[in-house]
Amino acid sequence: MAGKVKWVTDIEKSVLINNFEKRGWVQVTENEDWNFYWMSVQTIRNVFSVETGYRLSDDQIVNHFPNHYELTRKDLMVKNIKRYRKELEKEGSPLAEKDENGKYLYLDFVPVTYMLPADYNLFVEEFRKSPSSTWIMKPCGKAQGKGIFLINKLSQIKKWSRDSKTSSFVSQSTKEAYVISLYINNPLLIGGRKFDLRLYVLVSTYRPLRCYMYKLGFCRFCTVKYTPSTSELDNMFVHLTNVAIQKHGEDYNHIHGGKWTVNNLRLYLESTRGKEVTSKLFDEIHWIIVQSLKAVAPVMNNDKHCFECYGYDIIIDDKLKPWLIEVNASPSLTSSTANDRILKYNLINDTLNIAVPNGEIPDCKWNKSPPKEVLGNYEILYDEELAQGDGADRELRSRPGQSLGPKGGRSRDSGRTVLTTWK
Amino acid sequence: MLQEESDLSLVIAQIVQKLKGSSLYAQLERQAWASLQRPEIKLESLKEDIKEYFKISGWEKKLQNAVYSELSVFPSPSHPAAPPEHLKEPLVYMRKAQGSWEKRILKSLNSMCTELSIPLARKRPVGEQKELLNKWNEMGTDEPDLSLFRPVYAPKDFLEVLINLRNPNYENGDSLSFRTHLGLIQVPLKVKDIPELKEFFVELGLTTGQLGIDDSTQVPPELFENEHVRIGQKVLAEQDSAAAQQYIRQGSPTALRAELWALILNISSQPEDILYYEQLKTNVIQHDLLVDSLIYKDVKLTASNDDYYFVFEDYLYQVLLCFSRDTSVLGHFAYNSASPPKSYIRGKLGLEEYAVFYPPNGVIPFHGFSMYVAPLCFLYHEPSKLYQIFREMYVRFFFRLHSISSHPSGIVSLCLLFETLLQTYLPQLFYHLREIGAQPLRISFKWMVRAFSGYLATDQLLLLWDRILGYNSLEILAVLAAAVFAFRAVNLMEVTSLAAAEAVLADLSTLKVMPLLQIFLFATVT
Repeated sequence: MAGKVKWVTDIEKSVLINNFEKRGWVQVTENEDWNFYWMSVQTIRNVFSVETGYRLSDDQIVNHFPNHYELTRKDLMVKNIKRYRKELEKEGSPLAEKDENGKYLYLDFVPVTYMLPADYNLFVEEFRKSPSSTWIMKPCGKAQGKGIFLINKLSQIKKWSRDSKTSSFVSQSTKEAYVISLYINNPLLIGGRKFDLRLYVLVSTYRPLRCYMYKLGFCRFCTVKYTPSTSELDNMFVHLTNVAIQKHGEDYNHIHGGKWTVNNLRLYLESTRGKEVTSKLFDEIHWIIVQSLKAVAPVMNNDKHCFECYGYDIIIDDKLKPWLIEVNASPSLTSSTANDRILKYNLINDTLNIAVPNGEIPDCKWNKSPPKEVLGNYEILYDEELAQGDGADRELRSRPGQSLGPKGGRSRDSGRTVLTTWK
Repeated sequence: MLQEESDLSLVIAQIVQKLKGSSLYAQLERQAWASLQRPEIKLESLKEDIKEYFKISGWEKKLQNAVYSELSVFPSPSHPAAPPEHLKEPLVYMRKAQGSWEKRILKSLNSMCTELSIPLARKRPVGEQKELLNKWNEMGTDEPDLSLFRPVYAPKDFLEVLINLRNPNYENGDSLSFRTHLGLIQVPLKVKDIPELKEFFVELGLTTGQLGIDDSTQVPPELFENEHVRIGQKVLAEQDSAAAQQYIRQGSPTALRAELWALILNISSQPEDILYYEQLKTNVIQHDLLVDSLIYKDVKLTASNDDYYFVFEDYLYQVLLCFSRDTSVLGHFAYNSASPPKSYIRGKLGLEEYAVFYPPNGVIPFHGFSMYVAPLCFLYHEPSKLYQIFREMYVRFFFRLHSISSHPSGIVSLCLLFETLLQTYLPQLFYHLREIGAQPLRISFKWMVRAFSGYLATDQLLLLWDRILGYNSLEILAVLAAAVFAFRAVNLMEVTSLAAAEAVLADLSTLKVMPLLQIFLFATVT
């Protein structure tokens, strides 16, 4: 009997609730028999924890992977990527090729990062190599730009390091762990302003990897003109693009919210820089997203009850190189403008169409291969099954040079809209 | 035959006169002198040899482009003894109407001046100059108190003036007949009908490839797009303005657009152009004009709130403040029906020796003016280049959208063209809207005055402006306005008030311009 899907959420946002209601789903509490639970990250921790966890039944779906933090905690993400690179190097894979300076040619997409306090001495060594550089300190477990600050002198964190040396590492609660990354002080500026890219990526399974990219990402602009000047290192309005911070600035505008669509960015770059470099940039962005997912795929608990919609934050530097800054497990569902609300509503709508086929009571055993028509504004970013089924005669391209660019649908094989032609 | 010849020689003489004062002339002279060193230049055949040299080295092409540029704004052939005001505007009643409109604007500006006790112009104290220089790249963060300033006029004020235009020699007759024009514009100007438009815009036809249609994701690029890009690159390599103008009628690839527009507008960034821009910047630093506040207010009200253009706010100040001080813009008043407003040094009212043009470029900005510049920021990020392109776009096209004239690309003709198209090809819709008190022009006027900037998505707007450049005419704005009404006709037939009609047409950001135009011109059964 096809009953109505029963949903629970502990995130009270209208873009979610409206989507559930429009499908005729029924709201229940978490203690009842539910089919779909849009959880916060605390809840997923409880569900899968040893003490408080419980088994999910076949008709239950949740919106997080149990150990998503392998990707979404800043320190673990870097750790996994470093491990992935070393593994590829050991296998002798062409992907792990390095240039004459020892930098990875294709896998250098995360700024140099150290975990603190663990890597403090390594960090100091690196810092001393280029003493005029700026570094950004980020607490591992926080979001919305909280607790972030910039330093350009060792003395600014010496106090911190002193504290860390006196207490033993074991007693350091993970909440106080920081990462310190080389600050990208040459971001691409448009209209003199710094911006970053927020892209939404849906992962339905890690093994085989199947992920989708939402076509309607956006750029978040700072309200204040960018300056790398050291006197403005404390001015978070210049450096941090998080809307949570920017919206408290004097010049924050509630009509456009300081946001541009990715299409605008594309148009601007094509018009001012040319088509080839723009296509290359977007190819690279797709590449680094897929590589980051591949890096964590081996350690991810590929629980079949799970899917996840990540918020990827990417910064482009003035040489048009994209850098992966972080991945968010719970991208904000708050709407800052009318356009924003429409975008997030459609995002959830398309996500649900893929994760819960036909809006019916789910069966977690399904093959997680939705038909092309339900993708909505999503495009297949990478489908490991499809890529592997392409036969051995397809040359392994380690550079995403053959991507189809903005028009992912131009594949000659009908029915396939993949953004990537590389494995 | 003789008349044509003497007309042509007159045109040639005028263009030669105009170009003699340009930097191109000086460059050509220098090149000619330098070429004497070359072995192929022989004394016996000096003239031919130098001409040949110019052809090979590309200088002839530059001259060709310059001549072509002059021709694009050249007034239509007229009597050799026509006085200058006839070249500006041949019809007396239009001239008179423009004159009284200008008086009104100037009066409004002066009274704002007096009310707020702010001088039209003042020299900045040194401290203020330094501050402004420091803030040059981020004037948007400046928050002067603009609450007391009002725009001098808004498009709807201008529309009222146009509605009241009458030709005293024309008797409409009181009885309604099928010839009666149902719209707001009641002057008998000749406008094109659809057969004539089809001929004029022949390259937009169904059998010709278009960017904006034939480059969509479903169409394989081999069919049209790749070849079109290749031809575009060739046109740029040849540096031929006329060829570029012909090419761009089918739309410009995004990567080539900035260069193509510069080629068509004959803009090349020479050192003297950059120097000129810097000089204008210095003028801005040294003197403060009342119109500056009007510009600030306009940018804050329009571009700053726009989803596409808010990023470029600071560029807009850098362009528009310099524009107000650019006296070279005064040159376009020779073929503009408008005349620059005059102001007098304090205490010397009426004395011609103490008259100055105010603002120095003779153009008083109105509400929405900054939107002419905003789309260009997507193409040019170097301020002096952006400035040059905007200035040329203004003196070739945009000025026609806010001055009263009989020119086919003037706003009056565009309004009449729009209304006539609607009345002829969508009579039921037109009649219905008129009956409910929603005259179509009241809604479409603002689109046309702004050349659709701020109403269409930027990529669509740029495709539209490609065609303005390609056809050297603004008539496409009127055609697009009619096409939009045709597209939303079903919904419009159901509304019962002006407000509801406005609501149906409030959001044009999802429209695709080229299919609309193509369907309206070439695929509608007439």
